[in-house]
Amino acid sequence: MKCRKCGGAAVLELRRHNTAFCAPDFVEFFRRQVAEAVKRHRMFTREESVLVAVSGGKDSLALWDVLLEGGYKATGLYLDLGIYDYSKESKAKCKAFAAAREAPLLTVSVEEEVGAAIPEVHAATRRPTCSACGLSKRYLTNKAALDHGFAVVATGHNLDDEAATLLGSVLHWQTEPLARQSPSLGSTHPKLVRRVKPLYRLSELETAAYAFLRGIDYIVEECPFAKGATSLLHKEILNRLEEASPGAKHNFLYGFLEKARPAFERVGEVELNECARCGQVTTGTLCGFCKLADQVKRAR
Amino acid sequence: MKVVLRHPKREVEVTGRRRVRDLLKELGLLPGTVLVIRGTELLTTDAIVGEDDEIEVRPVISGGAR
Ligand code: SF4
Ligand SMILES: [Zn+2]
Ligand SMILES: [Zn+2]
Repeated sequence: MKCRKCGGAAVLELRRHNTAFCAPDFVEFFRRQVAEAVKRHRMFTREESVLVAVSGGKDSLALWDVLLEGGYKATGLYLDLGIYDYSKESKAKCKAFAAAREAPLLTVSVEEEVGAAIPEVHAATRRPTCSACGLSKRYLTNKAALDHGFAVVATGHNLDDEAATLLGSVLHWQTEPLARQSPSLGSTHPKLVRRVKPLYRLSELETAAYAFLRGIDYIVEECPFAKGATSLLHKEILNRLEEASPGAKHNFLYGFLEKARPAFERVGEVELNECARCGQVTTGTLCGFCKLADQVKRAR
Repeated sequence: MKVVLRHPKREVEVTGRRRVRDLLKELGLLPGTVLVIRGTELLTTDAIVGEDDEIEVRPVISGGAR
């Protein structure tokens, strides 16, 4: 297979774009897609400080790499979830990446903040592990961004993640998540930092290929709690559609963003308060994170 | 040839030359869901792999609520 741009040997075929690239041309294509996302959704400028949530996986490290290479002020944030070897290894990958590029990296320990590491939260609270983990991640990234004065939080969600989330929401017609799903979520309260997903135009295959070609040492192993997640089933279904008809995933996601999402947006319907305990934003009196921490404390 | 698979990490021995596309089909994998790696190279589905090759088939799908 030949590179569509220079005619050299291709390393990756992009069926949805009906093209193939050699390594240098693919890296350029990848960075252009990120630039396009940043520009189209006015995600951030080179003057703003960006907090990149890094997990040690391919997506977030690829994102951090693109932003650093693009001259953005990008600081990494690693949340130590305390998930056995998975957390140890992923933390080491983030630290090595940061050290090699002399990039700043912040680390927050979930155990210190919540009162228990993620694997113990389920036993203490009966909450599904991933839901407690997801809640803690959203809360702690926002808090870190706020405390350190970052303009925006960037996460490594890719096209497949977004398409799978969309399918999940559509299957249950969850109108609130549908209204909120966007590559760029503006701040609706002074204590909520803007959140953006600069990789939403790039598939999982593409982020993995980019990370590999850039020599990024990322964690290939999965979090042990990911096994059997419904989102994986949704991804599998979408990948079968994609195999039969290249571009299916991106048409599904882009079509939603352009045509359907506006219909779900109901501006200003939920009232936002500040949590009576910690002062972060919530729709109730106590925020979800403080309730979670209370449950953990009671169980100990 | 030696083929390294992940989740969990394991090795299988495959005999004979064939295209990557056919190798993936035999392994029951969709081409869009894995990187096929030989040393420092990424292989496209039309590349031919043979006896002396050591191939890593690395899944690209990450899971869980994120
Ligand atoms: S799979 Fe679940 S527990 Fe593991 S990191 Fe993702 S959300 Fe957290
Ligand atoms: Zn080329
Ligand atoms: Zn609170």
